[in-house]
Amino acid sequence: MRKLSWFNTLTLTLGFAFLYIPMLILILYSFNAGKLVTVWSGFSFKWYGELFQNEAFLSAAWVTLKVAVISSTFATILGTMAAYVMVRAGRFRGRTLFSGMIYAPLVMPEVITGLSLLLLFIAIGLDRGVLTIVLAHTTFSMCYVSVVVSSRLVTFDQSLEEAALDLGCTGFEAFRLVTLPIILPAVISGWLLAFTLSLDDLVIASFTSGPSSTTLPIKIFSAVRLGVTPEINALSTIMIGLVTIGVIGASLTTKRAIAKKQKDEREAI
Amino acid sequence: MKRFALISIPYLWLLALFLVPFLIVLKISLSDTELAIPPYTPTLDIAQGWAGVREWWAGLDMENFVWLTEDDLYWKAYLSSLKIAIISTVLTLLVGYPIAYGMTRAPDEWRPTLMMLIILPFWTSFLIRVYSWKAILSNEGFLNQFLIGIGLIDEPLVILNTNIAVYIGIVYTYLPFMVLPIYAALERLDESLLEAAEDLGCSRFTAFWLVTFPLSKQGIVAGSFLVFIPAMGEYVIPALLGGSKTLMIGKVLFEEFFANRDWPVASAVAVVLLLILIIPIVLFQRNEEKQREAGK
Repeated sequence: MRKLSWFNTLTLTLGFAFLYIPMLILILYSFNAGKLVTVWSGFSFKWYGELFQNEAFLSAAWVTLKVAVISSTFATILGTMAAYVMVRAGRFRGRTLFSGMIYAPLVMPEVITGLSLLLLFIAIGLDRGVLTIVLAHTTFSMCYVSVVVSSRLVTFDQSLEEAALDLGCTGFEAFRLVTLPIILPAVISGWLLAFTLSLDDLVIASFTSGPSSTTLPIKIFSAVRLGVTPEINALSTIMIGLVTIGVIGASLTTKRAIAKKQKDEREAI
Repeated sequence: MKRFALISIPYLWLLALFLVPFLIVLKISLSDTELAIPPYTPTLDIAQGWAGVREWWAGLDMENFVWLTEDDLYWKAYLSSLKIAIISTVLTLLVGYPIAYGMTRAPDEWRPTLMMLIILPFWTSFLIRVYSWKAILSNEGFLNQFLIGIGLIDEPLVILNTNIAVYIGIVYTYLPFMVLPIYAALERLDESLLEAAEDLGCSRFTAFWLVTFPLSKQGIVAGSFLVFIPAMGEYVIPALLGGSKTLMIGKVLFEEFFANRDWPVASAVAVVLLLILIIPIVLFQRNEEKQREAGK
């Protein structure tokens, strides 16, 4: 077994301290009784109470959740199709343009994506609201989904699919019964990624939302621009808590799945 | 037939919602500013057919682009974004490389946990992570409280609302994008190469410099692009942590659009930003493809 040298121990400690201390301070001060977020004045759940009475935050949270669920579901369907096209469809006319359109949104500055989509919606006379945010989010997150899914499809043994077809499956049946179960973990992580990207997005939503469809990040941003408030700390703590539970849960599930697979393999031998 | 449908659905979606919007931006950047709704005159009228195109071509002036070169604000903002993006990419590399290296040296059973600790912030809201620095860097913030407490300084340092806060914000939020590709490259490294180098008389450091570092180059390149490209058009970090003197083109574009409602100029700003970023974007895709080839 390897041991860490003092140098590596030091860099890892400092690195992770840098990553986590700001968030820990933020969480700690969400339980502060006072209004200031830099001076500790006793423990209290006060700001959580205030948060749940704030209608504006609650309705923004509802809009955000709706947009995230719908857009990540569409993004997963379209992104999986796109991944299939990229890995399996072989050559076709305009393939270079297609792969360019898949990869470009991943690195495109959000201000450009947001601006261009807004100008499109105005050009076709579509009123800005939940629908336009969903369209915008679906478009950029389907590219992330297709990258995640295609990396799984590349390592996939195609002869399994061919066997299903030889045994009389239609193309769609082969996909549903053979391919989908195998790539499912990637499809699920693609959905989760699309969901988080949508929950997080401020810039593109600012361009594509209307007055009646303010999302939570837009709300947080306008509150935060004015200064630091303990209410936002409370909201952030809830969001960080949910993400942490999700990530730890997901990694434990994969760990258990791997352990089970190894056990099955051992028993098979 | 089915293959055709499979290809055309995502293809048409991307054409309609990714490519067409860009063409619209390009078109509006060539239009004239107007005090109306929408606040520009379309100078290209396709309905008139070929005559319309000819008329548009004859009257085509790059006035919005000329405007960008005449007003100091814009080219200064481009240069300043470029500077901020380059410096913060280098800083992220300096912070991220040792972390990635340390992770590959850690005992095997720690690695999944370390990996999770790197990925967790990536899933956490970007906005919240940027916001968390506001309470640390302000004049009465924790950093100043700490430094005054240990007697290192007497007067609080002014960090919030300066470019330094923007650098810290970019390094902090983009760190996972740098660490993960470098970690992936270092993990593939064959350790017997290092043993061979040491057997041949290299010191530990020379072995690192001559073997490990060059072999992790693709990870460094990928990580640097993943930080540099979005940092160049960053809006949230300069808006929350930077001051009124922090000039970044993403912020200028956002304000040009929402505060001044000058759509043609905002579109021209976007077109020029995209032209600047096309080179790094193409280089990034090449690097990714090379890696995919190598991985096969």
